[in-house]
Amino acid sequence: MESGPITGPVLTDGVAGETVPRSADLSGVPAKPNPAAATGEIGGSFWRRFVFRRPLAALILQRLGLSVGLLFAVSLMIFGGIEALPGDFATTYLGQSATPQAVENIRKDLGLDRPWSERYLNWLGGAVKGDFGTSWASKNSVSEQIGNRLGNSLFLAFFAALISVPLAVGLGMLAVQFRNRLPDKIINVISLAAISLPEFFIGYLLIMFFAVQLGVATFPATVYDSMTFSERLSAIALPVATLVLVVLAHMMRMTRAAILNVMSSAYVETAELKGLGTFRIIARHAAPNAVAPVINVIALNLAYLVVGVVVVEVVFVYPGMGQYMVDAVTVRDMPVVQACGLIFAAFYIFLNMAADILAILANPRLRHPR
Amino acid sequence: MSDYKDYLTRQIMLGKMNRREFLGRAAALGIAASTANTLFAASAAAQEPKRGGHLKLGLEGAAATDSKDPAKALSQFLFVVVRTWGDLLVESHPTTGAAVPALAESWEPSADAATWTFTIRKGVKFHDGKELTVEDVVKTLQRHTDDKSESGALGVMKSIKEIKADGGKLVLTLTEGNADLPLLLSDYHLVIQPNGGMDNPDAMIGTGPYKVASFEPGVRATFERNQDDWRTDRGYVDSIELIAMNDATARIAALSSGQVHFINRVDPKTVNLLKRAPTVEILNTSGRGHYVFIMHCNTAPFDNNDLRMALKLAMDRETMVQRILGGYGKIGNDFPINDTYALFPEGIEQRVYDPDKAAFHYKKSGHSGPVLLRTSDVAFPGAVDAAVLYQESAKKAGIEIEVKREPGDGYWTNVWNAQPFCTSYWGGRPTQDQMYSTAYLSNADWNDTRFQREDFDKLLLEARSELDEAKRKDMYRTLAMMVRDEGGVILPMFNDFVNASTKQVKGYVHDIGNDMSNGYVATRVWLDA
Repeated sequence: MESGPITGPVLTDGVAGETVPRSADLSGVPAKPNPAAATGEIGGSFWRRFVFRRPLAALILQRLGLSVGLLFAVSLMIFGGIEALPGDFATTYLGQSATPQAVENIRKDLGLDRPWSERYLNWLGGAVKGDFGTSWASKNSVSEQIGNRLGNSLFLAFFAALISVPLAVGLGMLAVQFRNRLPDKIINVISLAAISLPEFFIGYLLIMFFAVQLGVATFPATVYDSMTFSERLSAIALPVATLVLVVLAHMMRMTRAAILNVMSSAYVETAELKGLGTFRIIARHAAPNAVAPVINVIALNLAYLVVGVVVVEVVFVYPGMGQYMVDAVTVRDMPVVQACGLIFAAFYIFLNMAADILAILANPRLRHPR
Repeated sequence: MSDYKDYLTRQIMLGKMNRREFLGRAAALGIAASTANTLFAASAAAQEPKRGGHLKLGLEGAAATDSKDPAKALSQFLFVVVRTWGDLLVESHPTTGAAVPALAESWEPSADAATWTFTIRKGVKFHDGKELTVEDVVKTLQRHTDDKSESGALGVMKSIKEIKADGGKLVLTLTEGNADLPLLLSDYHLVIQPNGGMDNPDAMIGTGPYKVASFEPGVRATFERNQDDWRTDRGYVDSIELIAMNDATARIAALSSGQVHFINRVDPKTVNLLKRAPTVEILNTSGRGHYVFIMHCNTAPFDNNDLRMALKLAMDRETMVQRILGGYGKIGNDFPINDTYALFPEGIEQRVYDPDKAAFHYKKSGHSGPVLLRTSDVAFPGAVDAAVLYQESAKKAGIEIEVKREPGDGYWTNVWNAQPFCTSYWGGRPTQDQMYSTAYLSNADWNDTRFQREDFDKLLLEARSELDEAKRKDMYRTLAMMVRDEGGVILPMFNDFVNASTKQVKGYVHDIGNDMSNGYVATRVWLDA
């Protein structure tokens, strides 16, 4: 263990990421934050000092500020998008059974006859206060319905993540350890197959085998209020299995590639020459330095588990957010689409931020910038 | 052999076969008369409804945006929901389509059929224990006729001028005579609610056979049996669960694995695969819904009747029914009425595919160049394939059709009833008059063929108030001929409603009124464990 060039005392208990090799590969890690740019609110000199002393806190604050701006932009884009779609709420909701009279009644009722800027600002005024209004179509409170649906989505995503993330990282390391030998090849073939099959197809296959043929799994995966926890778990078994198969391969291959990238570096060679075992080298020396890109991929997949699972929800008849948003877009139910869109955007922003922060934490050079 | 026996047994259960017929067929099968008698008795006994059990249905057509208000019940799923908890004044007979009493136990028209007096049933209780009064009925109808209402029944109610209670009876005054008025009240939106739903339209409180236990829009609805139901010929199961399943494959998987007892909207493409499952029964019912190719009679080149005739003759109807409906349907004759309607004009010659005749009319029309047909799969299942098939059969007549696939999003706003030639569908209506008034009257909102003829309008109005049935039938023949020979509608097929259930489900009534036993499926069937 050599001491890093910049860090103070070297801890000898081998905290992951403590050892910083000179040849550490820094690609994929965000550059040193330099937010000394104009910030109107806070005095420049104070901010500069703050950035110097607490670089991480400064980064988080900056990111949070950006996120708020980004969410505004997203809400405007969603609103513009719905406006640009053919047909407004009144005509699409009534579909073929629209009479001019009924359409006009709905338009008057919801104020759709007013200019779009006014409607947007009205909605924004409510949203800023945390009031997302009521759904135009079902007349239910959006917050209440989203609470329910988001809970379902997170429930599904949580269990899928719980299984897939450790499994992916573990399999990735295993593939490196046995690289170009049989286990690696098997893992590769299976993961490539899973990545090439569309998710609805994986879903159908699982339904066919486990629900229809064998009758061991619960189908449909509809969950509702009066279910016990264990009933819920059995209901989501198949969709979770599908999602795990869908996201596993991506994360696993990234883990494998990132570790292999580091394995060719000088300090790993040193470790090998020292006579350390392969697994120890991978787990203790290579993996910590390959963490950044892996964390990024994991974040991306976690976001997908919440935001991108509409198809799986449809196939398994699962009442999550995706389905809710699609239904709302279909009839141009603006308050619902806005609320869903903002929540999805917030998820992406938050997960990306978390990924960057973790990447910094995992890299001492970024943790202690000079 | 045993399949055929099953089939015969089913025919008895459906009331389609009497004992003599059955014995005849059984003898042809070589079954001894005594055995046949026993069989007949057994299947007749099997018709005795059983009570109890929990019925699960997996239905297409629910969305998170679904409303609890029956006035805004637009989806297939909500159609079943309102049928299960609510009652109407009048229902339609499953096989004849005639008006039958429900919450209105009898009615009486004036001589000109413009004033109707309904006697409201006594002793009926709402789910919250409140007794049904004529006031509730008046308020309900008022809520659906209000100009500010967003009710799906607004079009039906347009002709009602005044709604009032008179000494415990309901009196409706119309703008003009209408012999079919009772059937108009069988529109499924017109569920009678306490105080007409004026206070709380979303309460889901009615007089129906089941009380709503829970309702999550786009997910699930559950019902408990109403112990105080005023009828004994319905509501056999103890509880009902409707599960939203918008994915066709998911529905089939749920049914074949026995997770649900009934599914709707079976795709004609997969129906033959599903048939092979030993536990499954396909329930197909001839209906009034139809698929159409519609031309605007007032827009070039379709303002020329020879061109319209050429396009009608260029349609290969038989192939359409086989290929697009998988055989589950009947060929159409270019007018929107079939023999499931009362007063159907029989004996009108069936129009057939005739490329030579089509070519003759096409030449006579003087039109040249391609004809643009717009289509999308939201128009009806398989509409894009149907358009391509049509393109092929028209080619043989020397007519070039250009098929343009439009996005499903906004199809009902930007294409249907807006563009001069496109594909679409129509659900049935309770009466011939309503079908024609909805889509073929000059000033109808949904006159999607721009068929505007004064003589047609006049005759339709005359027929509407005609109480002499023979005369009325004659009038409907004339109307049908006008639409068939000069209208802008090419009507290749009437689609069957194709549903499926497990064999445990008994007593399914094939109702010509609408899909899923006219929406009453959950209240009419029972489970044979």
